[in-house]
Amino acid sequence: MLTLQCPYCGVQCDETELTAGGEAHLTRHGPGSDADTFEQYLFLRENPRGVHFERWRHSHGCGKWFHAARSTTTLRVFGTYKAQTTEPPQQIRDAISAVHPGWSWRNFGETA
Amino acid sequence: MTRYSAFAIAREAFRQHKGWDRAWESPEPRKSYDVIIVGGGGHGLATAYHLGKNHGITNVAVLEKGWLGGGNTGRNTTIIRSNYLQDPSAALYEKSRSLYETMSQDLNYNVMFSPRGVMMLAQTEHEVRGYKRTAHANALQGVTTEWIDAKRVKELCPIMNIDGPRYPVLGALWQARAGTARHDAVAWGYARACSAMGMHIIQKCEVTGITSQDGRVTGVTTNRGDIGCKKMGIVVAGHSGALAEMAGFRLPIESVALQALVSEPIKPCMDVVVMANTVHGYMSQSDKGEMVIGGGTDGYNNYTQRGSFHHIEETVRALVETFPMISRLKMLRQWGGVVDVTGDRSPILSKTPLDGCFINCGWGTGGFKATPGSGWAMAELMAKGHSPLTDAFGLERFREGRFIDESVAAGVAH
Ligand SMILES: Cc1cc2nc3c(=O)[nH]c(=O)nc-3n(C[C@H](O)[C@H](O)[C@H](O)COP(=O)(O)OP(=O)(O)OC[C@H]3O[C@@H](n4cnc5c(N)ncnc54)[C@H](O)[C@@H]3O)c2cc1C
Ligand SMILES: [Zn+2]
Repeated sequence: MLTLQCPYCGVQCDETELTAGGEAHLTRHGPGSDADTFEQYLFLRENPRGVHFERWRHSHGCGKWFHAARSTTTLRVFGTYKAQTTEPPQQIRDAISAVHPGWSWRNFGETA
Repeated sequence: MTRYSAFAIAREAFRQHKGWDRAWESPEPRKSYDVIIVGGGGHGLATAYHLGKNHGITNVAVLEKGWLGGGNTGRNTTIIRSNYLQDPSAALYEKSRSLYETMSQDLNYNVMFSPRGVMMLAQTEHEVRGYKRTAHANALQGVTTEWIDAKRVKELCPIMNIDGPRYPVLGALWQARAGTARHDAVAWGYARACSAMGMHIIQKCEVTGITSQDGRVTGVTTNRGDIGCKKMGIVVAGHSGALAEMAGFRLPIESVALQALVSEPIKPCMDVVVMANTVHGYMSQSDKGEMVIGGGTDGYNNYTQRGSFHHIEETVRALVETFPMISRLKMLRQWGGVVDVTGDRSPILSKTPLDGCFINCGWGTGGFKATPGSGWAMAELMAKGHSPLTDAFGLERFREGRFIDESVAAGVAH
């Protein structure tokens, strides 16, 4: 069973306490944006086979949203961090690089 | 290819069954093909089959990284039905269901299609209204379904407890011509028919890259060398995101785990398929006597073909209320598949930003029923550039806001 540590209350939560919230670090575009931008934001997803940054809610605990970095092929968790950031913090990136040398952070949600 | 028949069995009985040939050839890949299909699941094989059968295109290779049907085709619970809500879905799924009726004869391979009837239980007032609406929509679409009351449900499936304390059965949406089929046989039957037309079925061949020139696909790189093509169909279900990345575009898809399980075999006790969407569980009995059970997907992205235990627990707990007699059954096996889920719970059959490259994906938790229809439609799309069956299912429907919303009709995974 998947367990994640809530970065707010510090509890090691098992999956049944949590609600999955999909890909993290999307840029939320507003009115006036063009169709391409809206499509990127609303529908297109990285869905990677590998490192995934995602949102979770500690719904049966403190109720707060947080972020996690996790591998979708090994289910290994690289760490969790608070939601008030638009990019994974350095220590999370280091934890990923330790397992996947050469890995680099991609600009998810960036409209090319 | 030797035809299978009662006579062939008798003939082989007299010569120690030494005369059967392999169902399909396993050739070395050629340098190039007119068409490459990536993915040897039911949909990829059906696409190849209909390219040959309906459009005369037989210089085709199907590349499969593992073994035929080793993806979701061989992992699903085989429910076949066409009682969807929206017109484009009804057209595609009903085409598919009708192709299942003659598939064993068409392929000369017994796929054990069993139109035993599928009922979708209504256990809340909301569901009653929803299914009555679907029954009316189906009547207009020419898909035969009917709303039946709780008494009829009990007659059709006596082992069911219809006055459960939490979720009494209020009635059901009933499709008498829906049912199940043997999943492996569908893949194997198509592979045999494709091979007989001269197509190449190549297993253990993983596509690792897609090559292109001037915006047009030119071939693939694989663990068995580079292979060229004029057109390509990507039909890899849960792995669509990875293939799309190779081709240079993104998809409105998330890959998540869906699980199923079977019980020890017991005597025949249930000759219909029952789905209970409110409690997230469904069940049927296989020809071997096992109760085949499935439930909902996990909520998070996952490529491991294994899911979370608590989902199985939820499914079984819910079913025990409606089928008290299964509470003492031992469960024999449990497994998972990686399903490709779109926002509107409808598939994508489409051209892509890369010329000559087509994609068929997004069937998520419910594409086994669509295997022959999807192959038929995809082949037409690839051969002619469009198909009346696929027009509504293009990739551009998301940005254009033309969803084919089936999240109601497909409330549970199946
Ligand atoms: C537990 C479970 C229960 C289900 N129950 C039902 C049900 O009751 N009714 C129903 O209608 N549907 C059901 N489904 C859904 C159904 O199984 C799928 O929608 C359908 O089988 C998809 O078929 P496919 O041919 O597109 O994909 P698959 O059978 O998954 O085939 C895709 C193939 O592509 C191959 N591949 C992937 N990447 C590469 C690569 N790089 N190179 C070469 N090959 C590659 C894979 O190995 C795989 O064999 C269920 C699914 C699951 C997991
Ligand atoms: Zn918390």
